[in-house]
Amino acid sequence: MKRLFAKLAAILAFGLYLNATPALASSATEAALAADPVAEKRLTKLSEELRCLVCQNQNIADSNAELAQDLRREIRGMIKEGKSDKEIIDFMVARYGDFVLYRPPVQGNTLLLWVGPIALLIFGLSALIAYQRRRAARVAAEDKPLSADEASRADALLKELDNK
Amino acid sequence: MNRYYWILGGFAALVALLAVGLNLNPRDVPSPLVGKPAPAFTLSQLAEPEKTLSPKDMQGKVWLFNVWASWCVSCRVEHPILVEFSKKVDVPLIGLNYKEVRGDGGFDMSKMPADEEKKLAWQRANQWLSQHGNPYTLTVMDLDGRVGIDYGVYGVPETYVIDKTGLIRMKHTGPITPEILAKKIMPLLAELNK
Repeated sequence: MKRLFAKLAAILAFGLYLNATPALASSATEAALAADPVAEKRLTKLSEELRCLVCQNQNIADSNAELAQDLRREIRGMIKEGKSDKEIIDFMVARYGDFVLYRPPVQGNTLLLWVGPIALLIFGLSALIAYQRRRAARVAAEDKPLSADEASRADALLKELDNK
Repeated sequence: MNRYYWILGGFAALVALLAVGLNLNPRDVPSPLVGKPAPAFTLSQLAEPEKTLSPKDMQGKVWLFNVWASWCVSCRVEHPILVEFSKKVDVPLIGLNYKEVRGDGGFDMSKMPADEEKKLAWQRANQWLSQHGNPYTLTVMDLDGRVGIDYGVYGVPETYVIDKTGLIRMKHTGPITPEILAKKIMPLLAELNK
């Protein structure tokens, strides 16, 4: 039992270690650039909203891809020039399309994306309710006492079992 | 019995949806630049560094704009096709050398002075072209990748078809295959050159 606990503790410690490393690595690279904390905060916020096109499941705040570094540099430059968040996002969308946005805008071609899950949920719920109602009606219709004929057949079958 | 057809139909629909979805290429991001004017730039030429090129110099011509670098592995796959193309087709092919030194990843850029980067970039690009053949009418050098960002470059090689008025008519991400050249690029060039 003790050994089991020791093992679990080791696994847990290793997990924590794994979790801690990337944070350390990224803070080390970003620290050198963080001369202006306010601008850096805006940079972080903006780049968390933007997808890195090289490693598509990361945003450009997390990604260490070359392109993500370049884009962070561009955003930093635009912040220094006093551009608004919207101008910076528009700059990215103009070049890479809506795909760079981690939160896709609600518009014609993304309607299915936004409405689809809710529609599916409503469809599923109504199908479930309809099924339950039909089943309840069927059970109610079938739930009658046995007729005399059926009762005697059931008795015969039970007797047959007893005799075996 | 009827019910099983429903389930079977639902399953078939799911299979169809997944079959389509899994065959899509997630790297194929539609470029918002198609139909828009090619972003302006003025960059030094590889062959004659004192000369520059801007997209407006190409006004009146249909041209191809191909992004490459010597460190780019898939460019090697594409290159023979471009060499072949340049021999057969009379359409200007302009190369954009993208981050020749910085993109390589093997250099510590914080320790490299700008003139050294420039020298190294020119040397590497020239060497690569003399080794693999030069299909380009001319190549311009985008050392820091800023022009690449304006063109929405995210995976070298990329190729743009630009029309006589300077509008981007097509963008292809990744190496050009003979199939893409024959089925998409050549018909488009023929149509634009009419």
